[in-house]
Amino acid sequence: MHEVGIMESAIDSVLHQARAHGARQVHRIVLRIGALSGVEPESLRFAFDVVTNGTLAAGAVLEIESVPARALCAACAEEFSVESGFIYTCPRCGALSGDIRQGRELELTRIEMS
Amino acid sequence: MNPVPDNTPADEFQIHPLSGAAARPGTRLSAPLAAEVAATLAAGPEGGAAVRSVDLRVPLLEKNDILAERNRGYFLGRGLATLNLVSSPGAGKTTLLERTLDEFGRQTRCAVVVGDLETDNDGRRLHRPHAPVAQITTGGTCHLDAAMIARAVESLDLEGVRVLFIENVGNLVCPASFDLGEQVRVVLLSCTEGEDKPLKYPPIFKSADLVLLTKVDVADVLGFSRELACANIRRIAPQARLIPLSTRSGEGVAEWYDFLRTLTPQR
Repeated sequence: MHEVGIMESAIDSVLHQARAHGARQVHRIVLRIGALSGVEPESLRFAFDVVTNGTLAAGAVLEIESVPARALCAACAEEFSVESGFIYTCPRCGALSGDIRQGRELELTRIEMS
Repeated sequence: MNPVPDNTPADEFQIHPLSGAAARPGTRLSAPLAAEVAATLAAGPEGGAAVRSVDLRVPLLEKNDILAERNRGYFLGRGLATLNLVSSPGAGKTTLLERTLDEFGRQTRCAVVVGDLETDNDGRRLHRPHAPVAQITTGGTCHLDAAMIARAVESLDLEGVRVLFIENVGNLVCPASFDLGEQVRVVLLSCTEGEDKPLKYPPIFKSADLVLLTKVDVADVLGFSRELACANIRRIAPQARLIPLSTRSGEGVAEWYDFLRTLTPQR
């Protein structure tokens, strides 16, 4: 359950931004979570309620954008997206790839506040 | 004479105190929306968008990532090869390190940072006069992070040390997300765990530079298929080097030491 720690650091950033903008209430927080980040969105949601309690972000909507993985095929020198699963096979030549170009994201991307 | 139209909502409707909207009970505005509406009303008659949207790109593990880069620079500056060993509990990390310190560690000076939730058992097991060891007890945290490594390394005498082993907390999930500043991430999978572990815990295997298939001496007794396990590792982690080994029988251990030597070129 490292999601609690990750959510704490996210809410720290959110509250820092909110104070910098003189906001009184945070309404919406958008996170981008990659398929390979090792972070479970459900656990993040659970942690969110606990961590925001009693802060400017209490009651805010948590939006989680999932980022699918993309890998590079060395033989074709072309990137391909991985729709599901963790075995990355090039759709053109069928080779396996471990060269991950997208999917490790773990970012705070938007805050809506007033 | 026509009756005057009555604009009062029917009895089952209620006027929302903030928005002035008529709604049936039970269809109240959600808390965030109510706050948004309150803020808009409070903005005054001149209007102006009270709700601001700020787009940014803050990595959630920013603090850890910065500290990890600092660690990496420190290790690089000292000419120190650093390996982060991760696996589930009981895959044989400590046993492998004991043998490595006794054999490889005689020629090349090594140091160890070992993490567990509780006890200094592993730190004591790994203690050797020729190899400094630091034990981290996380007190319940399921992984090591870059700050713990920075603190632990401060307590070690790294004079002449060429290889630093970091034995992570036994856990195949959380350590995947935490960069420690290591040069090489080593994931251990033991033959007692089942051939499909890489398929069940892909993120950690995806992040591996080297996978060690351990306890291969008991594979046959357990009915464990080395071929199937290796095929699964290659499918999930084609980027990683793979060494099947047994610390007890010694199979594959020489290949492990060769790998360590490639990280520590003679200067």
